[in-house]
Amino acid sequence: MAIDTMPRHEDIMVSRSGSGIRIGTAVMLLTVIGLAFLPYIAFQSTTSVLIRLFVLIALASVWNLLAGFGGLVSIGQQAYIGVGAYTVVALDSQGVSPFLAIIFAVVTASLLSIPTSFLAFRLRGDYFAVGTWVIAEVYRLVVIQVDSVGGGDGKSLTGLDGIDPTMRAAAVYWIALGLAVVTVLACFALLRGRIGLSLKAIRDDEVAARAGGVDVTRVKRIVYLVSAAGCGAAGAVLAVDAVRVQPDAIFSVQWSAYMIVIVIIGGIGHLEGPILGALVFFALQQFLADLGTWYLMILGILAILFAIVIPQGLWGIIADRTSFRLFPTSYMLKKR
Amino acid sequence: MDLLNALLQGILLGGVFALFASGLSIMFGVMRIVNLAHGDLAVLAAFIAMMALTHTRLPAWGLVVIAPAFGLLGYVMQRLLITPSLNAGPIATLVATFGLSIVIQNALIEGFSADVRSLEVGRLATASVNLGAGIDLPLVGILGLGTAIAVIGGMQVFLSRSRTGRMMRAASDDVETAALTGANARHIYAVATAIAFSTLALAGILLGTRSSFSPTAGTLILIFAFEAVVIGGLGSLWGTLLGGLILGLTQSAVAYYDPAQAILAGHVVFLAVLAFRPQGLIPARSV
Repeated sequence: MAIDTMPRHEDIMVSRSGSGIRIGTAVMLLTVIGLAFLPYIAFQSTTSVLIRLFVLIALASVWNLLAGFGGLVSIGQQAYIGVGAYTVVALDSQGVSPFLAIIFAVVTASLLSIPTSFLAFRLRGDYFAVGTWVIAEVYRLVVIQVDSVGGGDGKSLTGLDGIDPTMRAAAVYWIALGLAVVTVLACFALLRGRIGLSLKAIRDDEVAARAGGVDVTRVKRIVYLVSAAGCGAAGAVLAVDAVRVQPDAIFSVQWSAYMIVIVIIGGIGHLEGPILGALVFFALQQFLADLGTWYLMILGILAILFAIVIPQGLWGIIADRTSFRLFPTSYMLKKR
Repeated sequence: MDLLNALLQGILLGGVFALFASGLSIMFGVMRIVNLAHGDLAVLAAFIAMMALTHTRLPAWGLVVIAPAFGLLGYVMQRLLITPSLNAGPIATLVATFGLSIVIQNALIEGFSADVRSLEVGRLATASVNLGAGIDLPLVGILGLGTAIAVIGGMQVFLSRSRTGRMMRAASDDVETAALTGANARHIYAVATAIAFSTLALAGILLGTRSSFSPTAGTLILIFAFEAVVIGGLGSLWGTLLGGLILGLTQSAVAYYDPAQAILAGHVVFLAVLAFRPQGLIPARSV
């Protein structure tokens, strides 16, 4: 491009928005509004299936925040799913409403994540991943020693007994929808602000970011805490939905497997990735779950294929080819 | 005397942990990656050994041939799975090996059901060395500890004396500079994986002869191996041996009083090392 044909400074506008983003945001808003009305028009069988989808979106979003933006690949987020669920169990036995207890679940998961992070952050890279897994096992092994929350057998919630089943199902559905929306928006808000900028700097060059005044460990700890809070809330919603918590299931590494497969299929490092990935994963689950071990083998093979062949994920392909986005997190240049 | 017996058993168990851990240690030392299917591959080796014992007339000691076979598998796996994922991005190796772990576990469940199995190695399983004073050490356990010491010693000699070993240490420090001096990184990485695979196969078979196993046993094997590496000190093979022994001792000693707490006790030692001595007991950079 010759100098004289280059756009002058005054002709260029920096913007976070664009037609692709406006369409995306509108589609998303309408979808959420439509989903909110679903309990009035759809059968309970439909809404109860969607609860799982919403929980998966929330879990995958915070895992993506942690691994995709924070560079902290954890295989131990089930620790906080379990902590969240068991907060509900413990408060329920004290007479606290399980719905109210979900808020406390966020608090306990966040509080426990801080001392845990000091141990886990001693390890780096792949060893951090396995270390978090061991820590999650420690949480499980400690919880099953507490008889008042059911020991190794788990415990059922009693605080929901008096509520009409239809009303209860609708309430859990709205809470799960709220969980997904709030989690995704929280990730969005975090990435759009100062933390997001710091994370981008760290991702590009950690040493340079440190030299530029970014407190790398603090930023990572905040991301770890937010991710734990999201997992705690998701665990609490799972507990309220199932009305029963079983330690081996809620602390299972399978949750990490799901989060990883969803994020890697959807596209790691994109806010939209976990949402798209969760939809694909959910569809696979609906059609293939009856295959049992074969279904899990297919998931494993998908994880391998995406990791090696399509590391940018499905949303990465879309983002490379179109300007369609659901969230305005990046800046773009436009001609006036 | 029973406690002493338990402690000696713990040392022997720790030898097998160290054998598992040495493979993990060498792969992390050379490539900075953890193969999350490490334990599942060991369980796969144990299942192959079980099939070989029931369907062929292979004597128990003949199971050793599984180790070089797994070495070959490791070399191929490196070229097909690990190198491509190393090139794909920072988390691709974790995701790909996690996927492999899921595939192996579920394939084993599909093929053999989720039941608990054991290796029938005849007299070898019950043979023991009597030390007097009511202490019997199982021959299989001594074999395990002996193999661990031999393998780790052999790795040390290989890394310090052989050309490939020296290249491996160079690649571990700086792979690009090592490549400039003529090191073939792809080959070196594949040799490291081959060593890791053959040692994990040996360890898997040894574990199968002394305790029962199931298709999902690999998870705990990976965790124990990892704990041994961290307790001993990253990058130190003798440290890994010490870490394995400490882990085995802790588990056996606690199991003597309360078997239900044995695994948790091992985790607690791991967390204590992380908190108070994060560099491990013998910090060094030998790989």
